[in-house]
Amino acid sequence: MVTDGRPGTDAAAILEVEGLTLTLGRGAGAPRILDDVSFTVRAGEARGFVGESGSGKSMTLRAVMGILPPTVHVESGRILFRGEEIVARAPDGSPSTVSARLQQLRGTGISMIFQEPSVALNPVTTVGEQIVDAVRRRDGMSRRTARRRALELMDLVGIRNPGERLGSYPFELSGGMRQRVMIAAAVAGNPQLILCDEPTTALDVTVQAQILALFRHVRDELDAALLYVTHDLGVVAELCDSLTVLYSGKVMESRQDLRAAIDQPFHPYTRALLQSTPDIDHLEQRLRTIPGSAPTPQNRPAGCPFADRCDRVQDDCRQGPVPDVGVGSEVVVHCLHPFGRGSAANGVIDPSPAEVLR
Amino acid sequence: MSESTALTPTVRTRLTLPSGVARSNTALVVGLLILGIIVALAIAAPALSRWDPIEPDPLHALLPPSGTHLFGTDNLGRDIFSRVLHGARSDLTLASVAVLAPFAIGLAVGITCGYAGGWFDVIVMRVADIVTAFPFFILVISLVFVLGGGVWTIFIAITAVSWVAYARIVRAETMVVRNTEFVSACQVGGITTPRILLRHIAPNVLTQAVVYAMSDIVMNVGVIVTLSYFGLGIVPPTPDWGAMMADGQQFLAAGYYGLTLFPAAAVVLTSLALSLVGEGLAHVLRIER
Repeated sequence: MVTDGRPGTDAAAILEVEGLTLTLGRGAGAPRILDDVSFTVRAGEARGFVGESGSGKSMTLRAVMGILPPTVHVESGRILFRGEEIVARAPDGSPSTVSARLQQLRGTGISMIFQEPSVALNPVTTVGEQIVDAVRRRDGMSRRTARRRALELMDLVGIRNPGERLGSYPFELSGGMRQRVMIAAAVAGNPQLILCDEPTTALDVTVQAQILALFRHVRDELDAALLYVTHDLGVVAELCDSLTVLYSGKVMESRQDLRAAIDQPFHPYTRALLQSTPDIDHLEQRLRTIPGSAPTPQNRPAGCPFADRCDRVQDDCRQGPVPDVGVGSEVVVHCLHPFGRGSAANGVIDPSPAEVLR
Repeated sequence: MSESTALTPTVRTRLTLPSGVARSNTALVVGLLILGIIVALAIAAPALSRWDPIEPDPLHALLPPSGTHLFGTDNLGRDIFSRVLHGARSDLTLASVAVLAPFAIGLAVGITCGYAGGWFDVIVMRVADIVTAFPFFILVISLVFVLGGGVWTIFIAITAVSWVAYARIVRAETMVVRNTEFVSACQVGGITTPRILLRHIAPNVLTQAVVYAMSDIVMNVGVIVTLSYFGLGIVPPTPDWGAMMADGQQFLAAGYYGLTLFPAAAVVLTSLALSLVGEGLAHVLRIER
């Protein structure tokens, strides 16, 4: 449960995902790709959405955009954009069709940037046309105006000689340039929310840094909120204000204050993730890893999905359902034995009391 | 969700453009050369032959090839060279024009079916199966009885049948392209479905259809010649290779081979040229992945 107000009541909320459960196929035994996932993105906020491969991060974005694969169904839950429901389960349990409202919002209210710029651009159309397409989507402007706007956008995302580049095909551009083109197209409609699906993963590290700087620039320029999916906590630390950690389709920890989360993670999984991020100042230390791998949706255990890999695991972790624990209204932790609750293990974490919410 | 950490994009899509084709693509060069000569001869037919292809001249019937009559004359005394050239005009024009309508229909149907899927796709594709299952010449003969012979009948008959092949090819390609990320990107960009189909999917699935169109013209030439041979196609006295062969075969036994041989050679040469062009185009237009 989100603790920061009920869905539709948070005036500043841009995106509210409430109890979203996605299943692979239909029926009672269908494996859950996402299990009761809730989070909120407020205006101007950049939320990092972190998890391992297969944790359901990208599926969450696809659900918001209404582009789930045909085999994935919305079993329950709601997705609200500025308090207005855009995705919901169809009454007969069929996959939710794209509502007319969502179709309207695509590009102008919400837009999305994909992981692989090399396959997310049409290979046989010039990048100029693809940006112009996105520009003209917003209001039926003339070709000439749209072209001028496209040039402005290319300038905004740091493409040099935009006039020349307008006529280039995607294969003529480098990976970083292609991602800039994607970003230009994504921001063309002045969206209030940009969903980013690991947009820097396919880029090399120096280009990655440039693109992250560009995201900060674009965000300041447009005052748009970001939902930034990645498996790289370092990227989140550079770009985001808040953090949601996903593991095996469940929200493990949700924090409004990213700094606090990094300094003092409550969930053992968040802590393990942070410890397995390389630290430039302590290169002599061997990088910690989390042994094992995340359970697939098909064979998720009854209790905590992280139990098998957790070094704080106790008997009750494997038995019943795990409650969501909160610290104030800014934190949600899905754990029976979080750090900072009474016994501060390893003495690393400030033992601020955590309380059971329900 | 793939966690690709490749520093450079792993998938590189590029459209090979016909640069340096001349050295690498013999089929295309030879095919275009032969086809170019045939088309040039067909266009220049009235200037190249001083003999009228239609007007009979019984006094000069069944002459052997000579300086005056390059391929000899037929049983009505008409110049065979002139008739073969003029035959190229009617046969090639019809064969090429008859590719356009099936191409357009097949493209539209294929893209729609491939993108929409579901019951619409199932119904349309079953209709396509029925069309394929129906014997082509039976269909044409019944059409001839309903509409009468002639160019339009051939055109309608070919269109009614050959859109299916285009639809199948384009549908299969569309089903692949539909699931690529750039189509998702278009969708989440709010681009309308008709625009996605026309501007983003169509250019990506055209290649295969264009390559097929080349072999389709070959088949059309065959169909037109065959129909005319049976007297169901181009109406005499308009010169046409099929009718020429049909008229000439009764003189084969008497040793007048030219009446049949020259139009037959024209059919073979044209088909060969078109097939070579098709083969060459397949190499040039292939999108390397």
